Amino acid sequence: MRDVTRLARLRKRTSSGLALAVALVAVGIGYSFAAPSSSAQDTGLSVEAMAGQEIYENSCITCHGANLQGVEEQGPSLIGVGEASVYFQVATGRMPLAQHEAQAQRKTPVYDDAEVNQLMAYIQTYGGGPELPAEEDLRDGELAEGGELFRLNCASCHNFAGSGGALSSGKNAPSLNQSSDLDIYTAMLSGPQNMPVFGDNQLTPENKRAIINYVQTLNETADPGGLSIGRAGPVPEGLIIWVVGIAGCVIACFWVGTRS
Amino acid sequence: MSSRTAIQRPATPAGRTASALDERLTISAPLRRTLNKVFPDHWSFLLGEIALYSFIILLLTGTYLTFFFDASMQEIVYDGSYAPLRGIEMSRAYATSLDISFDVRGGLLIRQIHHWAALLFVASIVVHLMRTFFTGAFRKPREANWVIGVGLLVLALLEGVFGYSLTDDLLSGTGLRIINAIFLSIPVVGSWLSFAIFGGEFPGTVIIGRFYILHVLLIPGILLALIAVHLLLVVKNKHTQYPGPGRTEDNVVGKRMFPVFAAKSTGFFMVVFGITAALGGLVQINPIWLYGPYDPSQVSAGSQPDWYIGFLDGSTRLFPAWDLYIFGYNIPPLFWPTIVLPGLLFTLLGLYPFIEAKLTKDRAHHNLLQRPRDVPVRTAIGAMALAFYTVLWISGGNDLIADKFDISLNVMTWIGRIGLILAPPIAYWIAYRVCLGLQLHDREVLEHGVETGIIRRLPHGEFIEVHQPLGPVDAHGHGSLQYGGAPVPKRMNHIGGMGRAIKGFFTPLEEPPARPVTSEEEKQAELTGSGRPKDPEA
Repeated sequence: MRDVTRLARLRKRTSSGLALAVALVAVGIGYSFAAPSSSAQDTGLSVEAMAGQEIYENSCITCHGANLQGVEEQGPSLIGVGEASVYFQVATGRMPLAQHEAQAQRKTPVYDDAEVNQLMAYIQTYGGGPELPAEEDLRDGELAEGGELFRLNCASCHNFAGSGGALSSGKNAPSLNQSSDLDIYTAMLSGPQNMPVFGDNQLTPENKRAIINYVQTLNETADPGGLSIGRAGPVPEGLIIWVVGIAGCVIACFWVGTRS
Repeated sequence: MSSRTAIQRPATPAGRTASALDERLTISAPLRRTLNKVFPDHWSFLLGEIALYSFIILLLTGTYLTFFFDASMQEIVYDGSYAPLRGIEMSRAYATSLDISFDVRGGLLIRQIHHWAALLFVASIVVHLMRTFFTGAFRKPREANWVIGVGLLVLALLEGVFGYSLTDDLLSGTGLRIINAIFLSIPVVGSWLSFAIFGGEFPGTVIIGRFYILHVLLIPGILLALIAVHLLLVVKNKHTQYPGPGRTEDNVVGKRMFPVFAAKSTGFFMVVFGITAALGGLVQINPIWLYGPYDPSQVSAGSQPDWYIGFLDGSTRLFPAWDLYIFGYNIPPLFWPTIVLPGLLFTLLGLYPFIEAKLTKDRAHHNLLQRPRDVPVRTAIGAMALAFYTVLWISGGNDLIADKFDISLNVMTWIGRIGLILAPPIAYWIAYRVCLGLQLHDREVLEHGVETGIIRRLPHGEFIEVHQPLGPVDAHGHGSLQYGGAPVPKRMNHIGGMGRAIKGFFTPLEEPPARPVTSEEEKQAELTGSGRPKDPEA
């Protein structure tokens, strides 16, 4: 009697599993028919943009949404951010994010130049936005004027020498030591994360090139006074005088004082 | 005999010169007294000398800088060697500072040595002050010298502030702006005070010139005079000494001023000069060309004062923004951490000898120092003060710490706020317990002797460590020596148990002498070797 019920139960379980498998296969086949028809609606995309869309749908869609509209508490909308923003975020490795934290960190880029271009083409088709500069030489500006503009607009967060600084709640203004000309230019254009947008009405393209000239000149200039100790002002200097200066003097003190 | 030597003419040229000088100035007797003066010998007594030597370096390098610096706030257009600032309007003070850095021969090196020596000057004063505090060297009759020392510290801080404000770069101008804000925060008189000091609205056109004369004449003059009094009082009161064999409250055991003390001090001056010169030549300090000229509309991230003002920056960052109104007068939040707090701290510091004497009712003369462990309350108070200061100091650079170590700046601020309240009592408790522990261990060694590291097994199986008594023992093997305030030897090599120390600081300069094996030791070797196979080489 018992054996019979067990057998019946087993049979019932197998049949429901089979039904589920059949249903899944059916949905899969149905989707493969439906998918080409949905992409056929976006025929306006260039080949490059379509390649960009593929990347987008593989790595960006979870946080930025299927239609670039953004996902609440995950990622902002990308409509109208423009290719300048895509370049800054993806070419510096900030996007895709490694984890959700106070702000995206610079890291080794996931995508190469061609893939960045494809993504830029794709995002640019949604609402336009700031574009990459057409000029080849982004340092074509007056050096001293660039310094003046840098101190006025940038130094309050990035520090006087572009070494970076802290912002509130774990955010920070990154160091500009590793930034390329185009990184800095697109950052000013797009205003990533906590940075304000410096559109062409606030800082003209000539202004921007002057600032880049100043930043990169500082980056490439050796420090005439010796070790730069981070170009971060008096705090590292205070560290050095205690760790090297006073420590050295006290050791000398001990050495001289214990001789007889 | 004495009359004959007096009329005898010296034969050597040096002797004749000395004699000629003495006939005119009569200095041989006081000079002999001074050169024969005995100074107690301990390495920690040299800490104050670091401050003296860095002050001398400051005077020398500072004089060189005045040849080229112009403390004028007149606006000119820069046309010097540093391309990134060429064509920019700036004050003559900043332009001449840039010229010192780029166009004056050796200017940058001297400027950097000057700045490093300034940081070292204040730092060594602090270290010297800690030595004086923790050993009780400030007690009667030396309270006056303690007060002068605290005065020197405060003047050194002001001197430093005036110095780094002179270059009129963006960082020093930001500092001036904060100084101006501090003056403004003083209730009732603030605005008038600020107008009087800056000659009108900030920044005005006179402040650099005023700070310059304070920096190069007035304060160095007062510092020099106070240092002279400080040293004369050391001579007058005699230097304190640590307790030890033959040292009492009424004598001084040490080395004569000449030649030993003079030779050591000269050598030590060279070392201090070498360290500041090496820092000045190798490590960049205050790169004013990177800061740019001062403009009140600009502020750079990470604008901090030099290290010795950092604790006030920290207190400002930690203090809550309480805007109080008392009798209709506003007391801005800045007033408490920048005027009240340092006023309180330095007053307490200056009055400490009197406070301690009052509380301990100790009015005796003290020429012997105390080991910090023997005065646990004072040591713990010192640890508490240092913990308080350190939290403020770290908070002065909390944005850099937040940035470099990926900590939220807000978290750093709260660590500082909570730490400022919790760290001092914890430091007090730890220091107090450590002092008591060390005291107990001293007594234990005096009673039971030094641990020899020799473990012996008794016939019934118990293992004991053999202790070397430091003096005669009673019937129970307990030492009868009393603690006298001097260091108690705690290892066998402290009492010569391992033979004489080998010469050489970093590497041995001699072969260790072969020690003859005494018959006593042979007997012991046999004893300890019982039960084990005998070492064939022994």
